[in-house]
Amino acid sequence: MPIQDMTSPGGQWLVLAVIVPVAGLLLAVLLGGRHAQRIALATVPLGAIATAGVVLQMIDSGAAVVYRLGGWAPPLGIVLRADGLSAMMMCATVVVLAAIAAFARADFATPRGDRETRAPFVFWTLLLGVWIALLVAFLAGDLFTLYVALELAAFAAVPLVCLDGRGETLQAALRYLLYALVGSVLYLLGAVLIYGGYGTLDIATLAHAGRADAGTVVAVALMTAGLLAKTALFPLHLWLPPAHAGAPAAASALLSGLVIKGSFFIVIRLWIDAFGAVVTPGAAQLLATLGGAAIVCGSAVALRQSRLKLMVAYSTVAQIGYLFLMFPLVLGALSAGAAAAALTGGILQAVSHATAKAAMFMAAGLMYAALGHDRVADLRGAARALPMTVTAFALSGIALIGLPPAGGFVAKWLLLSSALESGQWWWVVVIAIGGLLTAAYVFTVLARAMETPETPVAIAPVSRAQESIVLALAVLSAVLGVAALAPIDLLLTGRELGAGGVR
Amino acid sequence: MNSATWYGLVGAALAGIGLYGLIVQHHVLRKILSFNLLGAGVFLLAGAVARRGAAAGLPGDPVLQGLVITGIIVAFAATVLAVTLLLRLGQATGSASLSPRALDGATSSDGETKTSLDANEASPRAPPAATDPRDGATH
Repeated sequence: MPIQDMTSPGGQWLVLAVIVPVAGLLLAVLLGGRHAQRIALATVPLGAIATAGVVLQMIDSGAAVVYRLGGWAPPLGIVLRADGLSAMMMCATVVVLAAIAAFARADFATPRGDRETRAPFVFWTLLLGVWIALLVAFLAGDLFTLYVALELAAFAAVPLVCLDGRGETLQAALRYLLYALVGSVLYLLGAVLIYGGYGTLDIATLAHAGRADAGTVVAVALMTAGLLAKTALFPLHLWLPPAHAGAPAAASALLSGLVIKGSFFIVIRLWIDAFGAVVTPGAAQLLATLGGAAIVCGSAVALRQSRLKLMVAYSTVAQIGYLFLMFPLVLGALSAGAAAAALTGGILQAVSHATAKAAMFMAAGLMYAALGHDRVADLRGAARALPMTVTAFALSGIALIGLPPAGGFVAKWLLLSSALESGQWWWVVVIAIGGLLTAAYVFTVLARAMETPETPVAIAPVSRAQESIVLALAVLSAVLGVAALAPIDLLLTGRELGAGGVR
Repeated sequence: MNSATWYGLVGAALAGIGLYGLIVQHHVLRKILSFNLLGAGVFLLAGAVARRGAAAGLPGDPVLQGLVITGIIVAFAATVLAVTLLLRLGQATGSASLSPRALDGATSSDGETKTSLDANEASPRAPPAATDPRDGATH
């Protein structure tokens, strides 16, 4: 019998965690103008408190935090449910979001004398919009609420791409929107078919009821295709580089660090939590093969880029690939412990990439602002002019390559060891090649930036506060491995759902 | 063949035509229309599934009807957003195509068009001015 999720003590924190940014967004739209920035900046710490409330409640009770909306029970009612995965992602999101908000204060201030300017107003309201979408994705307990989260993410992310209104960014935004729309309509089609087959969309119920019949396979395939288009997994990544590279630095950090993690998280919910028991090993291998192709192709193309921001964007394409390596490792693990290790590796990779890539995009943005261009070949003298920013770039690069003590190191270590343990040695080769290529493009940039120019380079001054924020986030990504050894227990809290994945 | 199956098949066909159009059509407006066709197909299919799964005495399963209503609202909002973006793209580049070539002929007028749309933004081709506190925002 399906376990009926009851509202757990402290379940109200879940509602609060979502309500706070929603209230902030509505207030920001209502008051408008320069208030949008103040409200967004005030909402971030309040939301952080709510997130901390959820996490502390979970540590305290050692179980998932659940809230039944309106007291209605599934399958008719909707539950918000935070397990260890949600908690980890919520924490990572609030930290990265706070850093981006602090960084963006200088770039998106409403100029003195203006009542309201378009780009700052849109940025601050949609910053909250992205946060809401991610929170809903992390907390939703049913496939339809996840659909709503997907749509929220698309509507919040697309305008961020074209904040400056140039033709090429409008094109990138439109292409992104079309990918996102097809993705969500395919997801909706899959959800309809699943409802037709099971009469419920509740993930906990589906975990026990799942069958490997044709309808389920078609539905999950459609939903996955939609989610991959939104996550920009190879070969559906074509929209990502122009969209992420063309946006302003803070928006790029938001898009590349956080937004894509939302749809990735829904893939985890679908493949591991809802249908972990019926996914075939071949399907999981196929998903990871796309991930492997993303790692190799994305890294190789990144290496060939002459523009820094495009290189960082292609690096995102590659790093998304690592996220998908976890599926055959979790689903094909020989023991519950091995499955937990692979799952931890995958989530840690997502958290590590969120911090490192946000820091890297903001560092690239500062270099652009200082030098007036982002041509990799002409970066000479950048390290002398912007030592903090180039150090931040190097540290986030270390996290992406996966050198100790970065979070990326622990993540890849866990993925490598579970690949060896379950006899899937080919993923070891892919991870190694990806690491080498990542090192190559990071060091290309660093070597160029550290050269001494023959003639002094004209440097526009950049804000010291912005440099400090980027450096702090990069340091965090580079030492995440140390902190990440402890929360493994948190990550697996309240995850009896995932037990279906171990055979 | 009962009517629900018939509607389901029509919905599937519509969805297929929409997806095909979305992939092969070059003009963005046609892509947007194809997306709407795809959406209509999915909603019709959902209606058919709702009819088949309905309890006795009900015309359709209310959960799926709720899903469809949400889907329609989202598709409407998405269409508005897409058409707005398309109009702005047309204003900025003089072309409604997603191909990179469409931008080449437009670079000269790019700055002017944008300035007229929002006088508060720096020109995209201009080097960053040290005195402008928002110069990071344009890259």
